[in-house]
Parts: sequence; C-alpha cells; structure tokens
Amino acid sequence: MATKTYAGVNVELNDEGYMTDSSQWTKEIATEIAKQEGVELTDKHFEVLEFIRNKSAEGATLTIRGINKSGVVDAKSFYQMFPGAPLKKSTKIAGVPKPESCI
Amino acid sequence: MENTEKVPLKKVLLICSKGTIEDVYAALVMGNGAVMEGIETKLFFTFFGMDAIKKDTMNKLHTATVGNPAMKMPGGLPFPTWLGGLPGIEAGVSAMMRKEMEKLDIPNVDEFLELIVAGGGELYACKLAADMFGITKEDLHDDVKAIITVGDLYAMCDGPGTQIIFT
Repeated sequence: MATKTYAGVNVELNDEGYMTDSSQWTKEIATEIAKQEGVELTDKHFEVLEFIRNKSAEGATLTIRGINKSGVVDAKSFYQMFPGAPLKKSTKIAGVPKPESCI
Repeated sequence: MENTEKVPLKKVLLICSKGTIEDVYAALVMGNGAVMEGIETKLFFTFFGMDAIKKDTMNKLHTATVGNPAMKMPGGLPFPTWLGGLPGIEAGVSAMMRKEMEKLDIPNVDEFLELIVAGGGELYACKLAADMFGITKEDLHDDVKAIITVGDLYAMCDGPGTQIIFT
C-alpha cells in the first residue's frame, strides 16, 4: 500500500499501482495516471473509462469480449487506444481494481 | 558467474494440432491471454487443429466422450465409455459444454479468433495439413493470414523472449 500525489490529491494505491478507493477518482487523476502509462486521453478514452467504471461498480467481470460488445468501442480500437495490455492499463487509469479475468 | 537476468516473454507461438473443444480452447485462451498482456502472438493450426479455423467446422467442435477418462456425468459420477459411444451422446455433451462456456462469457471460436486478431495476433495454417486434407485458403476463416511451411514458422520465432507452446 502506498500513496501518491496525482493532480494535487493524495491517492491510495496498491502494490501494482491500482487505486484502492475508486471514489477518489477524478478526470484529472486519470489524465496523470494515463500520462505515466504513456497514454494521452481523448474524449473517446473517457467514454471507455466511464463504461469500465460503471461495469466495475455493478460488480461485473471485465473482459475484452465485454468491451467489444459494449457499443462504446470495438476490440481493435480498444487495443489501439490503450496499447500493450489494454485491459490492465484502462482499469488502472479508470481507478478500478485490476480485472480477475482470463479472457 | 550465473546469469540471473530475467528476460520477459515477448513473443509466443502457439501450435494447435488437435480439434476437440478443449484442445482448441486451450490454444485460444492462451493466445488471447498473451495478446491481452501485450505479448506478440502467433497461432499455428495443423492436423485436426485445422477444424478450429475451417469455416464449416469451427463453431461445431466436439469433445471426445469415448477414450476420455476425465469425462464425468453431471454431478460428478464417472462417465461410462459405452455410453459415450451411443449415437448423439457426443453431440449432446459437446453442446452442453459450449453452453457452459457461453455462461462464462467465453466466445465462440470465430469470435475468439476475431478478438485475437483485433489485438494484433496472427493466425496461420499448416501447408502440409492443408495439402493432406485438401483444404484451400477459401475454406479457412478470413482472418487466417496465410498457409505456411514449418520453415516459415520457425523463421517467425526469432528474438530473445520467444516461446513455442504446443497444445
């Protein structure tokens, strides 16, 4: 457990850098975490982050397939928007726990 | 001195040589998982694994109900081999398995392949198996990049942090 200052706020993080208190999340914090992950956030990114935050709040398991069927973004664009490991990166930026999913 | 430097996995090549539901999904889950982690991923289908990329068979894969000692009845009792051989049993069990997988949000084979390709994964078919079974590129899912030889396959496996996994 560690705290780090993003956008002037002390944010609680776990060992892997995921926010432990999702309610602390703001767009400004997201922008700074994203920068650290090498992602420049656009409006489209925020749409995806909102979808991820809503799903996570519902307690749903996040999968690439779920993202693809979200109507917000297809899998191909999702991979391009969060290059590398998109599900891990996007959840980190969205301030929700890392998904426990194999698919 | 012993070299203890860890080389992260950068590229995987998965070889799928069998055509049962579980063999194909082992390759697909591992392939998709690798793509999700940002690992360069290539899947190579050969012999009966070709069923996973053939348009007419890909979404109708079966699991073996005969010669499969791990097979259980619903409830966990052993599944008798003689029962597995009766007409319609294999199809029924396979349909049930696909239904259970759907519940876990595991996609059909074609959708799974499309997700892998969307993430930058590449699909290849084996030339020898294609020749043997009389399969052409037209018989295969559109996302299959090419029918290639073993030599082509090994040529793709260059670089440190590359692993070949046979399922």
